[in-house]
Amino acid sequence: MTPPASGPGLGATTALETAAAVRAGERSARQVVEEALAAVTARDGELNAFLSIGADRARAQAEAVDAAVAAGDDPGPLAGVPVALKDNLCTRGWDTTCGSRILEGWRPPYDATVVVRLRDAGAVALGKTNMDEFAMGSSTENSAFGPTRNPRHGGKVPGGSSGGSAAAVAAGFTPLGLGSDTGGSIRQPAALCGVVGMKPTYGRVSRYGLVAFASSLDQIGPFAATVEDAAVLFDVLAGHDPLDSTSLPTPAEPVLARLHEGVAGVRVGLCRDLVDGCAPDVVARVREAADALAAAGALVEEISVPEFGFGLSAYYLIAPAEASSNLARYDGVRYGLRVEGEDAAAMNAATRTAGFGPEVKRRIMLGTYALSAGYYDAYYAQAQRVRTLVMQAFARAYESVDILLGATAPTTAFDIGAKVDDPMAMYVNDVCTIPSNLSGHPAVSVPFGAGDDGLPVGVQVLAPALDEALLFRVARVVEAHAPALAERAARS
Amino acid sequence: MSDADPGRAPLGRDDVVHVAHLARLELSDEEVELFTAQLRTVLDHAADVAALDLSHLEPSSHPIALQNVMRADEPRPSLERDEVLGAAPAVEDHRFRVPRIGGEAP
Repeated sequence: MTPPASGPGLGATTALETAAAVRAGERSARQVVEEALAAVTARDGELNAFLSIGADRARAQAEAVDAAVAAGDDPGPLAGVPVALKDNLCTRGWDTTCGSRILEGWRPPYDATVVVRLRDAGAVALGKTNMDEFAMGSSTENSAFGPTRNPRHGGKVPGGSSGGSAAAVAAGFTPLGLGSDTGGSIRQPAALCGVVGMKPTYGRVSRYGLVAFASSLDQIGPFAATVEDAAVLFDVLAGHDPLDSTSLPTPAEPVLARLHEGVAGVRVGLCRDLVDGCAPDVVARVREAADALAAAGALVEEISVPEFGFGLSAYYLIAPAEASSNLARYDGVRYGLRVEGEDAAAMNAATRTAGFGPEVKRRIMLGTYALSAGYYDAYYAQAQRVRTLVMQAFARAYESVDILLGATAPTTAFDIGAKVDDPMAMYVNDVCTIPSNLSGHPAVSVPFGAGDDGLPVGVQVLAPALDEALLFRVARVVEAHAPALAERAARS
Repeated sequence: MSDADPGRAPLGRDDVVHVAHLARLELSDEEVELFTAQLRTVLDHAADVAALDLSHLEPSSHPIALQNVMRADEPRPSLERDEVLGAAPAVEDHRFRVPRIGGEAP
């Protein structure tokens, strides 16, 4: 078995190092792309991180970067850096499946804003990554195109729903990846694969061109092997976009400039409700991270936010309700799959029945039920009141602390197949990540050593809305004190 | 929360069949059985939320206060028509073609 060519703590080439070398003319972007393509060819048959590779496009993009360098033009802060894009991000003329049969073969007529921003920054989109169908899942097993395997252990899931992007970064295929996070779909796979994964404040990154799952919760965010690389990518992504009506008009404060300011005097709340119920080895790592922050000068106290305990139930009513509305557009008329029927209604139903997998159907039905007459108040409106409760609880917590600390996921990566037949067991994976989606706050998962099984553990750092600068600062200190991920994690 | 009556019948087969029809999904008998059991499990878990007295709180639909966003009414390029229609399963005379709509004369 070939060990990963890179990954946190393995002396890999970071995105920043690659961009610096390309900008200085020491490496060509074309060569960087060829090496990335070779790494994918060598190992992705086993992992299935990518659903499609855009080799020709990537080579052309890299050559444009090299031409800019040769001409003395600024090729951008991510010059020549390969990036893995989750396959729910629209790429003009390039298949965008959302991991679903219903969009198989669809080629969007436009690029997502984040795709344009990456290109403008000199980054090279290498491929589109596997995901749970329409981002519904926590293991990437709900993909219509087969599961992704965890690069740290081939018998384990990579987490999800952005499991392909997390695996691509963990395997060293690309130093950077993009995912989307509706209930933890960036942070949880980052934790399970041992990489950094960050969800920005709601509205901070444009969602124009992100295929919608649950519009009041979805955010696009970065994967990287290091906190610094994630910060660079965040700075490229963040900012106002007139094409997204929920995009925040306030300018984004660059986080990279303040990344190394440390945590002296920062008040950190170790949140019991984000560690209770987690596996003992996960709890131990979170407590070690808290100790490391205290040793670095942070003021650490334990706090309790019991309202977080209601988040899971509220989320699994709100997100399906919004999904049932958003996914009504897949009707076999304008794009994607069509299965013929004798009239339009029969065609709609035949198309949706053939095109959606079981988890998507489950959520559509759950959401339709929660919104239906007689149940709306009991389920949907009540869940929205819980959302208010969680937002108020966050506000109260942030009166006494600046940052919250907890686990990202309750356990390390689990076996492929272990939870596919038990939706509730799968949903519980999101218990620690959901509160930040309900409140729209930023949060990041930072790799912090391993569990008893040798698999990665992620520590989650949470910040108030728009305080990404502080979030990354704290994450950087956590990372600096993280135990190395032992190479004993058996690779099958 | 009169609607959250704890004595209300749990989700049953008929509910699943009804909801599937509303969502334009066709289910086999086996799928109706499976989804009834699975959805009931999720709703049972949500009973903790349904039982809370939160009548003093306003529902939140979004994490930020949404407001109308206006822009200047200036012409600008739209998506390429042929590219958009090129993605459609069936097209006729620059329009999306669909089968007969129920009740319409053929």
